[in-house]
Amino acid sequence: MNGNRAWSWIVILLGSLYFLLPLAGMFEFSMRMKRDGYSFEAYRVVLADPQFQHTFGYSIVLALLTIVLGALIVVPTAYWVRLRLPSARPVIEFITLLPLVIPPIVIVFGYIRIYNTSSILPLTGSWWGTNILTLFGYATLALPYMYRAVDTGLRTIDVATLTEAAQSLGASWTRILATVILPNVLISVLSGAFLTFAIVIGEYVFAALLNINSFGPFMVWMGGNRAYEPSALAVIAFIITWACMGLIQLVTRFSKFSAARR
Amino acid sequence: MAFLDINHLEKSFGAVHVVKDFNLAIDKGEFVSFLGPSGCGKTTVLRMVAGFETPSSGSIRINGQDVTNLRPNQRNIGMVFQAYALFPNLTVAQNIGFGLRVAGKPRAEIDDRVADMLKLIGLPGLDERYPFQLSGGQQQRVALARALAAKPRVLLLDEPLSALDAKIRVNLREEIRLIQRELGITTIFVTHDQEEALSMSDRVVVMHQGIADQVGTPFEIYNRPATRFVAQFVGTLNLIGASVIDAKAGKIKVGDVPVALNRALPITADGKVSLALRPETVSLGRHEGRNVVLSGRIAEVHFLGSVIRVRVQVGGEFVSLDTFNRPDAPPPEVGSTVQISVSERDLLTLAA
Ligand SMILES: Nc1ncnc2c1ncn2[C@@H]1O[C@H](COP(=O)(O)OP(=O)(O)OP(=O)(O)O)[C@@H](O)[C@H]1O
Ligand SMILES: [Mg+2]
Repeated sequence: MNGNRAWSWIVILLGSLYFLLPLAGMFEFSMRMKRDGYSFEAYRVVLADPQFQHTFGYSIVLALLTIVLGALIVVPTAYWVRLRLPSARPVIEFITLLPLVIPPIVIVFGYIRIYNTSSILPLTGSWWGTNILTLFGYATLALPYMYRAVDTGLRTIDVATLTEAAQSLGASWTRILATVILPNVLISVLSGAFLTFAIVIGEYVFAALLNINSFGPFMVWMGGNRAYEPSALAVIAFIITWACMGLIQLVTRFSKFSAARR
Repeated sequence: MAFLDINHLEKSFGAVHVVKDFNLAIDKGEFVSFLGPSGCGKTTVLRMVAGFETPSSGSIRINGQDVTNLRPNQRNIGMVFQAYALFPNLTVAQNIGFGLRVAGKPRAEIDDRVADMLKLIGLPGLDERYPFQLSGGQQQRVALARALAAKPRVLLLDEPLSALDAKIRVNLREEIRLIQRELGITTIFVTHDQEEALSMSDRVVVMHQGIADQVGTPFEIYNRPATRFVAQFVGTLNLIGASVIDAKAGKIKVGDVPVALNRALPITADGKVSLALRPETVSLGRHEGRNVVLSGRIAEVHFLGSVIRVRVQVGGEFVSLDTFNRPDAPPPEVGSTVQISVSERDLLTLAA
């Protein structure tokens, strides 16, 4: 009994070391830009870099748009599947999982083949086209997380009866989606959204191959050309990811009306 | 013409014929119950009236308007579900006001109406609560208020009391009936509880395997059941066999006792007929005006409080009867020989 306990603590300790040591080392390194002791100089330089500001801002906008687009695709789909096509659920689930199975590089090469400048829909030929293509690509990447989160959220409410209740009160489909379904799965949408945010912010393959000016390529470029700043950037990216995770927890805990369900 | 008119309604799910030639005319302000065993199609008929299912054939008219092909959100029908189905993300007030908001009513009007409805269901002051902060009975009241707030033409309730405790169930059913009378709203109430149906309704539709076996007032349904199914499903019923002596003149023999029913009987091949009688029409001992007297042996005695239910073995058959409990007369003993009497007018002959 006691021996077992000791062992589990040792395993936990080793695990923590495995994860935390590189982080600590990177953090420590990022603080050594100035010769005379630790400082946040590297962070100051990174944050003041206009290139950082531009790419980071761009990626944030892209991430937010991806979340909106993803929610617009996923919520009605998951709702409809639950309501009218329960037999199609395994198929839809499989489709949404494809982006996890097919490497992004394959997807993006496919895009480039289909939407290149000599195709019927030459999206890659213009700034707008490229951005829209990227947006849709990212929405695809977000599918596995969004769909599962929303589908799980829908399971906690009686979709069919709530729909009928709203219908008998005169509500149209859009109204039902906006005022009955969406608010009840908002927490799930948000938890899917934060994951999406974290993914889009650091995404490299799509950005590099479609040649857009986002945060991912900027990080890589910096990694190849500077010493201390990349570590500072990595720490920043890491903090963003963890902040997203924290927000998922927070949002889940502080929803007013679902307190009873937990 | 009736306010709600259901004509030759049919519904099949694939090969399963669930509702068969269902006809019903309901007057404005009438309270009608659908009563029947599980799976007989009560919910299906109700859902077709609400527009959630499309009839295979037949028509539904409300106030002269054919609504058969209207979508549910165009029908202006209030619906109350067994599982309450309140919107969990909305407060009580927002739930009640939902239909009015959908209809685009001005804010002040919605607030007034919500306050009125809260008063009507006896829950003033709970407007800011969320559904999960309410008891089941309170939730169902709110669901009722929500269904009524937008002044629907018809109110449909699908076993609204089944999920509640016995005591709340009785209270709430009285309240529903009061509110329904006050508003004068045409109502269909689905239940498989006969007591509910008989005590609340203006008329009861007894359903059996997708067919409306009988439509009538609770009094008619109970006292003059049209089919054997209705007789057996509603209330307790004794069935005893008799042999027909003269079908035209209505002369039969119960055991060795000749009985003159004074009404024509259906002619059966084997010369037998089965008679139905309610426990409360049979009494122990001989009584003035109860001409059919049979002898038997007490088989069981159940003390139910104000009433004592006795099972008497008569020949090869059992007859249940009810007597009132009187403190000065203890219940009869099991095994003792007794005489029971019944008036020939209480012997019902049932069509198959
Ligand atoms: N969507 C459906 N698809 C296939 N069969 C159905 C469907 N809905 C109902 N049925 C069948 O129709 C029959 C009648 O169902 P219905 O729900 O109307 O019964 P009910 O009288 O309301 O019973 P209960 O008292 O149990 O609610 C049942 O045999 C049921 O299995
Ligand atoms: Mg039912």
